[in-house]
Amino acid sequence: MAIPARPALPALDVSPVVRSAILAVAWILGTLALLVLIGLVLTQTEEFFTWSGYGQQIVSGMAQGAIFASLALALVLIYRTTDILNFAQGEMAMFTTFIAWSLMNHMPYWPAFALTLVIAFVGGAAIERVIIRPVEHRPDIVIVIVTIGLLIALNGLAPWIWGPEVKAFETPFSNGTTEIAGVVIAYQDLGVLGVTLATVLLLWAFFRFTTLGLVMRAVANSQDASRLVGVRVGLMLALGWGLAAVLGAIAGMMAAPTQFLDANLMLIILIYAFAAAVLGGIDSPLGAVVGGLILGVLINILGTYVDFIGGELRLPAAFVVLLVVLLIRPQGLFGHRVVRRV
Amino acid sequence: MPLLELKDVHARYGPIRALHGVSLTVDEGEVVAILGANGAGKTTTLRSISSVTRTSGEIRFGGKGIARRSPEYVARLGVAHVPEGRGLFPELTVWDNLRMGAVGPGRGGQFREDAKRIVGYFPWIERRREQAAGTLSGGEQQMLALGRALVSRPKLLMLDEPSLGLAPTVVRELFATVRRLNEEDGLTVLVVEQNATIALDVASRAYVLEVGKVAVEGTSDELRRHEGVRKSYLGY
Repeated sequence: MAIPARPALPALDVSPVVRSAILAVAWILGTLALLVLIGLVLTQTEEFFTWSGYGQQIVSGMAQGAIFASLALALVLIYRTTDILNFAQGEMAMFTTFIAWSLMNHMPYWPAFALTLVIAFVGGAAIERVIIRPVEHRPDIVIVIVTIGLLIALNGLAPWIWGPEVKAFETPFSNGTTEIAGVVIAYQDLGVLGVTLATVLLLWAFFRFTTLGLVMRAVANSQDASRLVGVRVGLMLALGWGLAAVLGAIAGMMAAPTQFLDANLMLIILIYAFAAAVLGGIDSPLGAVVGGLILGVLINILGTYVDFIGGELRLPAAFVVLLVVLLIRPQGLFGHRVVRRV
Repeated sequence: MPLLELKDVHARYGPIRALHGVSLTVDEGEVVAILGANGAGKTTTLRSISSVTRTSGEIRFGGKGIARRSPEYVARLGVAHVPEGRGLFPELTVWDNLRMGAVGPGRGGQFREDAKRIVGYFPWIERRREQAAGTLSGGEQQMLALGRALVSRPKLLMLDEPSLGLAPTVVRELFATVRRLNEEDGLTVLVVEQNATIALDVASRAYVLEVGKVAVEGTSDELRRHEGVRKSYLGY
C-alpha cells in the first residue's frame, strides 16, 4: 500500500526584502530579550541595581558603540574593496579631528564639521592614490606594513603640527539630560547616536540605490570582472578610501568631546573597531555596525556591574567575549561563506 | 577597414610564451570563431584584445590602436568580453549584474529598454532578479553574462568558451541566440570554442590556432572540408 504523501508545508516564499525585515525584527527582539534577561540576573546579584540605571548604561554604551561602529564600518569598507586591513584608519580619523579643531577656531561647529568631511574624503582618496596604489599588488604583509607606517607617521605628525598638549574639543550637543521612560539620557549620547546612525543609513542608501554605489559593490566583489565591463577600478578604490576616511572623521569628531583630543585619541577605539568588525564578520557592513553597538553596550555593562572588571579590564573582557563568539561562529555574526556554483 | 585587426601579436605569461605572432581580422557584422585545442592560445587572444594580458604587436579596433591599454579602456570603446568563467559578480543579484552592463559612458538612459529585450530572450531573469548570481546554474550564468554584455550595446561581443560545462540543449539555445542577434541586429561576434561543430554552424569564418599561431583560416565551409581540421577538431 502506498504511504500517503506528507502534506506539503506552505512554502515560505517571501522576497529577500521581506526576509531581511523579518530577520531584522527578530534580531532586535532577541537583543532586547537578552538585555532584559541580563537585567533580571543583575537584580539578583547587584545590591543597588536599578532598571533606570541599567537603561542609562545601555544607552551610553550604544553611543560609545556607535563610534566603534563608524570606524569598524570604515575598516570593512576598505577590506571589502581592497582586501586590506587599514591599520592607519584610526590615525587618519585622529588627524582629521585635529583639522576639525583648527577649523572650529575660525568658524561655527557645523560648517567646520562639513568642511572636515570634505577634507577627509579628499585626503583618504589621496592616501590611496599616493601611498597604497604603488604597493597594491605586493604581498599582503607589505601592505600591512605600509598602513602601520602610515599609522606611526600620522601619530607623530599630529603633535608636531598641533603641539603635544591635550585639546578640548567642542560638542554641538547641549550638556543637559533628558528622561525617556524613567531612563536619564545625556543629550551628548543621543546626539552621537543620531549622527552616526544617520551616517550609516545614508551610506547604506548610497550603496543600495545609486549607480555609483552599485559600481563600488561590484568592484568589491570582483575587480577583474569590473574592469571587463569598463569600470575604472582605480578611481573606485580611491572613492572607497575617501568614504572610509569620512566615516573615520565622524567617529573622531564624535569621540573627541568626551575623550579630549590628542594624538592617541583613536588608538583604543581602533582596537575596539577591529574587534567589532571581526565580531560582525569582517566582510559585512551590517555586521560592523551591529558588532560595534554590541561591543559598546557589552563593555559598559561589564565595566559597571562586574566588580573585578571595572574600568581597567574592559578591553580584555571584551576580547574574551569576542573569542567565545568566534569559536562558535568563525565567520562572525553576519559574515558569509559565499555559495557559488561554477 | 576591419572592425578588429590583430597584426603579429605576441603574448607571454612570465617565461611561457602563449602567442607567437597571431594575425586576424573581424569585419563588422561578422561572426568569427577561433578554434583550437587546449593551450593553443585562444583565451590569450581574447585577453590580449581586452588588454588583460600584456602583448607586443599591433591591435586595432575601429582604426584605433588598443594594444597595451587597460581592460576598462577597451571595454569603454565597445568591446564586451564575456571571459572564461563568465566574469559575473557572484555576490550581486541577477538584476544588479545586468545593470553593471550599462554603467559605461552614456549607456544608462537605455537600460530599461535594453533590459526588457534581454528578459524577452531569457524570461527567467525577471523572476529571479533578486537572487545572487553566484547561486545560478552554469547555463543561467552564461545567459546572464551574455545579457549583461548586450546591455552595454557592444560594437564587438567576445565570448570565451560559452559552451564549457553546459548541457547540449543549453549550448544549442545559447548559440541560437547569438545567431539571432547577429542576423537581426547585425551584432559582430568573436567566439572562442573547443566545440568546433557548433561554432562553425554559427560563424561565417574561423581561425584555427595551434601552439600560439594561426594554423588554418577560412570560411566555415572551407574549414569543414579541410581534412586536417575535420580529423582533429570535428571528429570525422
